[in-house]
Amino acid sequence: MDTLLQQLINGITLGAVYALVALGYTMVYGIIGLINFAHGEVVMIGTMVAFTVIVSLAGSAMAPLMILGIGVAVSVVVCMVLGWALERVAYRPLRHAPRLTPLITAIGMSIVLQNVAMIIWGRNYITFPPMIGKHIYEFGGASFTNVQIAIVTLAALMMLGLIYLVHRTRIGMAMRATAQNQHVAALMGVDIDRVIAMAFIIGSALGAVAGCMVGSYYEIAHYQMGFMLGLKAFTAAVLGGIGNLAGAMAGGLLLGVIEALGAGYIGDLTGDFLGSHYQDIFAFIVLIIVLMFRPSGLFGERTGDRA
Amino acid sequence: MKGQFRRSVAGQRPWLGVLLLTAVLLLVPFVAGLGGQAWVRIANFAILYVFLALGLNIVVGYAGLLDLGYVAFYAVGAYTYALLASPHFGIHLPFWVILPLGAGLACMFGVLLGAPTLKLRGDYLAIVTLGFGEIVRIFMNNLNAPVNITNGAQGITLIDPIRIGDFSFSQSGTIFGITLSGPQKYYFLLVVLALLVIVVNVRLQNSRIGRSWQAIREDEVAAKACGINTRNIKLLAFAMGASFGGIAGGVFAAMQGFVSPESFSLMESITILSMVVLGGMGHIPGVILGAVLLTGLPEVLRYGIEPLQRAVFGRMIVDPESLRMLVFGLALVLVMRFRPAGLWPSSQRLRELAETAD
Repeated sequence: MDTLLQQLINGITLGAVYALVALGYTMVYGIIGLINFAHGEVVMIGTMVAFTVIVSLAGSAMAPLMILGIGVAVSVVVCMVLGWALERVAYRPLRHAPRLTPLITAIGMSIVLQNVAMIIWGRNYITFPPMIGKHIYEFGGASFTNVQIAIVTLAALMMLGLIYLVHRTRIGMAMRATAQNQHVAALMGVDIDRVIAMAFIIGSALGAVAGCMVGSYYEIAHYQMGFMLGLKAFTAAVLGGIGNLAGAMAGGLLLGVIEALGAGYIGDLTGDFLGSHYQDIFAFIVLIIVLMFRPSGLFGERTGDRA
Repeated sequence: MKGQFRRSVAGQRPWLGVLLLTAVLLLVPFVAGLGGQAWVRIANFAILYVFLALGLNIVVGYAGLLDLGYVAFYAVGAYTYALLASPHFGIHLPFWVILPLGAGLACMFGVLLGAPTLKLRGDYLAIVTLGFGEIVRIFMNNLNAPVNITNGAQGITLIDPIRIGDFSFSQSGTIFGITLSGPQKYYFLLVVLALLVIVVNVRLQNSRIGRSWQAIREDEVAAKACGINTRNIKLLAFAMGASFGGIAGGVFAAMQGFVSPESFSLMESITILSMVVLGGMGHIPGVILGAVLLTGLPEVLRYGIEPLQRAVFGRMIVDPESLRMLVFGLALVLVMRFRPAGLWPSSQRLRELAETAD
């Protein structure tokens, strides 16, 4: 019972982060149908920028929470600019190219960003300075920290904000219209270029926050961290039905919980034949099983015939 | 009609091209050998990647199924060879037993992956194949306990080279009065294999099966309505692409004498896919060009960047390894920006693109 509760708590924390990153994938995919492979790298850059800002401010007289806030804010701004630049420089010229072309561009961009990060921040793990004094709470035999609470709360707030933005504001309406049919939306006076740029910018902002969360949760960062994180988040987006915001959130949480439970129980289930280092395969096995029965994800609508 | 048209164009100068190509293919290992055996090995890898890229081209280029886990089949072939021809289990089977076995196993894995994913389209398929590739890699990384099967992250060493009687491909020897080094021997073996897969690709392209694949790629529903058994034909694409991957894996294991899960990462799948797309999806010469370029470019950069930095700045400013990958990534982005259909797309594909552009 303790394990169950503990793994659920860890899973929800991890899942909240996956969900935030997954939203970045799903927004871009919903509007232009592109798997933005470079999104994981944007998240990584977000972590790295926050790290640099926090370390350089750490000696000053400011309150730790203030420093953390500034770090997150700077990283959000940097990532927004990065997301916008990615769209403008790499993807916009390819909007009418064959379908796999922007995918290769995204892969190329991901390699570029990774190596730029390596040149700037080096190839070693860097320690993320803990800015929130850690408190550990006990609850029913399981423990959780205030960092975890902060992550889950912040993620929930941001998701609510995004839902409000998409469903209640003008730009949100334009986004939904563009996602349904670009040409018609353009005829109705929607500025398609602006909407697509916005999707990238918002996605990158969410990604930057997620990056800061990962940094403060695990307290380490690495130039390759974006890759696996991006992969998991993308899996989460597909699990929920790519292009669907609620799906990405649910998929992220589900994936986090499955992974945590899987890692906690696999040893018992298989008589210690398989250990917790198989954690990473759960995400994919669940994905394959779900897609076998629901080919367009848990909440996805039937996708078009694009192959 | 189109196929006949193309054949008649090619028919105007058939022998000159073949002769020239043969001469170049024969000379490559000796010219590369002048710069050291390392360059011959690079040439070998270029051909191995041609092989892999053409295998993937069947799945992605012909049938239009985006496969991001292709390297799993390559890994299956490599590990089959490694386990059955190394001191790890003390089994030393000859290569003509193992290579078909590896191809068969990979084929089985292909069907295993293909069967549950038949209903999936486009990007859903991409992520499932990607997940499959990761699952295979994670198992290879961890199947060393409690029973040691793959020897985990250390990999398997001392794999037997390909041997025919007393003729071993790993040692240098003299044939017909010409002394060949180990890598040079492998070069010729690889060329023969690559020619084989090219022939298969060409023959498939305009066959009934090949046209069925292209029909599925363009419109699956219409293809089904035309009486194509889309399920079997799609499975066949997976199986065939996987078999080529399996054979390539076996040759890779024999050539390297060492396999470890590190060689079969997602990045490898992505690189092979980049070769196919960058060269010109579905177009055999384009795919070959893509494979050769993307194998050669990082190597040229590896040897070129350090002297270049020293010449320009007088010292090393940036770590050459990361700069190399940076240039590689930029090259991908730039090629796609200015040649969206690939470096050498088929004329048919270009025409289609011109028609659909608005």
